[in-house]
Amino acid sequence: MDHARSGGGPAAARLKRREVVPALLHNRGDLLVVSGLGSACYDAFAAGDHPRNFYLWGAMGSAAMIGLGLALAQPEQQVLVITGDGEMLMGMGSLATIGVQQPANLTVAVLDNAHYSETGMQQSHTSAGTSLRAVAAGCGIGGAIDIHTMQEVAALRDQIHRGAGPILACIHVSPEEDPRVLPSRDGVYLKLRFREQLGFK
Amino acid sequence: MTPTPRWPSQIHDVLKSSDVRQVGYVPDAGHARLITLCQEDPHMRAVVLTTEEEGIGLVTGAWIGGQRSTLLMQSSGVGNCVNQLSLIRVCRIPLLILVTMRGEFAEFNPWQVPMGSITQQSLNLCGVTTYRAEHAEEVQELVQAAADLAFNGDLAVAVLLSQRLIGRKQWTK
Repeated sequence: MDHARSGGGPAAARLKRREVVPALLHNRGDLLVVSGLGSACYDAFAAGDHPRNFYLWGAMGSAAMIGLGLALAQPEQQVLVITGDGEMLMGMGSLATIGVQQPANLTVAVLDNAHYSETGMQQSHTSAGTSLRAVAAGCGIGGAIDIHTMQEVAALRDQIHRGAGPILACIHVSPEEDPRVLPSRDGVYLKLRFREQLGFK
Repeated sequence: MTPTPRWPSQIHDVLKSSDVRQVGYVPDAGHARLITLCQEDPHMRAVVLTTEEEGIGLVTGAWIGGQRSTLLMQSSGVGNCVNQLSLIRVCRIPLLILVTMRGEFAEFNPWQVPMGSITQQSLNLCGVTTYRAEHAEEVQELVQAAADLAFNGDLAVAVLLSQRLIGRKQWTK
């Protein structure tokens, strides 16, 4: 087994997360975004704050399920969850739940650096070979893919806007630390401005 | 043979009139009838979960997307939700949970007692208001009151359906 390609250890990871996220959000239009706690939030915010971003600062493991609830509530809108491998590992059962529901408008983009960067760069399970792409495929998520190049990132961006989900994209990024750029931590504010975008008080 | 209790369909009526559109659940014998009613309702999306904590994310996502939802779980599942409930409190998300109790009246399985005996206190510690239904006649009114409090007040409310109300689990036929 070619571990570098399938499991996506550090050797395979040359993409930079701060280049990947702006490419995913390029010409985002009405895209609804949920970002998992830690670096994924900083990456989403660094790409430009937006009222259609819902940043998580806790509840680790919940990002994909928030994306599912949102995708089911707004079937005409496209929903992108951006999270890390550690956050996704904690909510791995939600991939099975998404596989049952088959939401065409939901993409989960995992920025897989194979480490827990928030807590001191300890290795995660994906360092040792856990493939979130394989897990998602096993859960019936048809669009389960590994991504290693910016061309593939650009293609994913287009797929998201076509509503070709459910997708789980395991994007292999290098485990380098970027400057922290911190979005609001006020959950009520983030909720209200997000709902206002969709016409709710 | 005991007649089919009416309270599950009464709960379904309350959920329907409250415009609940997503129902997250982990399969449970006490909720079996209500789960079927929600699955068969074209205006509701029944979402089977692998663990109850997924439901807290589901409710949060549904609400920021403009839909009301509810969760059906057993008392053991409440323990699985504890950290995720921070979402509800920090973002002030309306939450309505219907909990079938285990570990109390006529329980035969001691493994259900530890969580069942602290379910209400755990919810209260997490900022969730609790109502408790002991008798079938009070279920509809309590669930309606909980739904009103949750959805009109952006608050978290759980209704505990007591084990006496649900009835003894039939292990042998």
